[in-house]
Amino acid sequence: MKDRSNPTRPGSGFHRRDFLRGSGAAAAATALGTAPTAEAAENASRLYGPGLTKIKLRVNGGERELEVEPRMTLLEALRYGLNLTGAKPVSSDGSSGGSTVLVDGKPVSASTTLALDVVDKDIRTVEGLGEDDAVVQAFVHNDGLQCGFCTPGFVVAVRAFLDKNPSATEEQIRAGLNGNICRCGTYANVIQAALEVVKGGSRG
Amino acid sequence: MKAFQYAAPRREGEVVELLADHAGQTAILAGGTDLVPLMKKMIVTPDRVVSINHVDSLRGITADSSGVRIGAATTLDDVLDSPQLRDHTAIADAIRGISSPQLQAQGSLGGELLQRPRCWFFRNGYGLMAESGRLAAEGDNRFHAIFGNAGPAKFVCASRVAPALIALGARVRLVGPGSEDESDMPLEFVYRTPRDAHQHETVLLPNQLLTHVFVPAVSEWSSATYEVRHGAGPDYPLAAAAVALRIAGGMIEDARVVLGQVAPTPWTSHVAARELLGRPANADTAQAAGEAAVSEATPLANNRYKVQLAQVAVQRAVLLAAGLETGGF
Repeated sequence: MKDRSNPTRPGSGFHRRDFLRGSGAAAAATALGTAPTAEAAENASRLYGPGLTKIKLRVNGGERELEVEPRMTLLEALRYGLNLTGAKPVSSDGSSGGSTVLVDGKPVSASTTLALDVVDKDIRTVEGLGEDDAVVQAFVHNDGLQCGFCTPGFVVAVRAFLDKNPSATEEQIRAGLNGNICRCGTYANVIQAALEVVKGGSRG
Repeated sequence: MKAFQYAAPRREGEVVELLADHAGQTAILAGGTDLVPLMKKMIVTPDRVVSINHVDSLRGITADSSGVRIGAATTLDDVLDSPQLRDHTAIADAIRGISSPQLQAQGSLGGELLQRPRCWFFRNGYGLMAESGRLAAEGDNRFHAIFGNAGPAKFVCASRVAPALIALGARVRLVGPGSEDESDMPLEFVYRTPRDAHQHETVLLPNQLLTHVFVPAVSEWSSATYEVRHGAGPDYPLAAAAVALRIAGGMIEDARVVLGQVAPTPWTSHVAARELLGRPANADTAQAAGEAAVSEATPLANNRYKVQLAQVAVQRAVLLAAGLETGGF
C-alpha cells in the first residue's frame, strides 16, 4: 500500500471553497470563540454536551482536533469542522450513500453517525484514498461519473466492497453497491470501474 | 436536530442509570441508521442520547450446545458473516435482504429489531397512531397492515429480522428499569399493537435495554425468509415471511410461520403452521400454507394487493425452508 500520510487537502492553488469561506470566517470564529465548552463528566461514563465539546478524530491516518456538539453528525464534522468535503450530504437519512466513509474499514453513512460516537475509531474518507487508489483510477478510466455528486460515496463504497470481496463478480458488485444511489444513472460505468479493479488486481 | 446530552457508558448498569435519571426523555443509540434520521426530522427529540457502542458486553456472538447468544450492539454484517449462525438460514436471508452494505455494517441487531415503523404518517410527524388511526384508515394506506389493524394502529412493524428470529424461537434478555433488574422473554412478546397514543409499539420501558438475543440450537430445523420487494433496491419489502420447519422422512413434523410487514407486530400465523403439520414437504403443501396464512386477512382500502404478496411470501418461504427451491427473487 502506498503512503497516504494525512492527505487532507488534495490538490493545490485556488479553491472556490476557500474564497467563499473567507468572507464568513471572521463571524464563524467569533461564534465558536464564545461558545461554552461543557465537559462535565458525571461518574465514570462520560457525559457530553449539549454544548460544544473538544474532541479528537482519527481521520485519514492523522489526528484532528475540533469542537462539536453531541448532535453534530460525522458528516458535518468532516465537512464543516475539518474541511474534508468529499463525503456529500444528499439524503440526510443515509439512503443515498452519498456520505459513505470507512469507519474501522467498514462502509458507514457519515450523515447518520454522530461525530462523538466515533472518537476512538479509524475514519477514512475519499480524500484518504488518494488519487492513485486503483478504484479512483478505475472511475476515471471508465467515466464512472456524470454530475459527480454521488461519486465520492460510490468510490468509498466500491473500495469497501472490494476490500471485503476482492474477486467479486458483476452480479455481486451490483448487489454490493445497493447502498448507493446515482440520480444520473451512471451505474453501468461504476460497475465497469469496479470490475476493472477486480480484473486488474492492482488494489491501491 | 434538537440539542441533547450524549453519554458513552462502558457497562450495562451505567446505561440503565443514565436512562433512568432522565426518565422518558432519552434515546438509545447503536448504529444510528434509524435514530439519527428520526432526530433530524424532530420526530424523536430526546434530551439525552445514551450510546451503547462502548459497552463491550453488548457486542459479539457466542455459541454453545444450547444455542447462540448475540449482543444487541452487534452489527448486522457481523451476524451475517458469523459461522455460529450458518445454519440459521432465515436470519441470513433476512439480513441479506437489507442489501445496503452501509446499513448492514452500521446497523445493529438490537436496533434492527426495535426500529420505529416506516409508516409515512408517523415519519412525517403525525404520530404513530395518526389521529387514532383515522389518517391511515382514510388516507393512502397502501403500505399499511392487513392483519391486526382493527384498532387505531395501522402501521406495520418495520423489522425484517424479527420474523426469522421468532420463527427460530429466539428469546431476548433485558436489563432495567432498575440497574440490577434483569429479565428474559420470547422476542415475540416484545412487540405489541398499541391501543392508544400513550402506548409504544414494544413493551420495553424507556429505561429498559435489550442486551442480548438468544437463538436456540437449530439442529433438526431448517428455515428461510422470503421477502416480496418492489425491486432489487434497498427499499423495505411489501410483504415477508419466515418459516422454520422440522422435517423427517419427507414429512413436516413441526412448523412455525411468521409474517413480516403485514401487521403492527411480527405476525405469527398459527393457521399456516397447522396447515403444514403432518403433511409432505412439497409444492402443494406450500401453497396450502400460503392460502391459510392470508385466510383471515383484513386489508384496508389501498392494500388488498398485499394479501396475495403475503400468501406468496409464505409459500416461497416454505419451499425454500424445505429445500425445494434455492433462493433468488
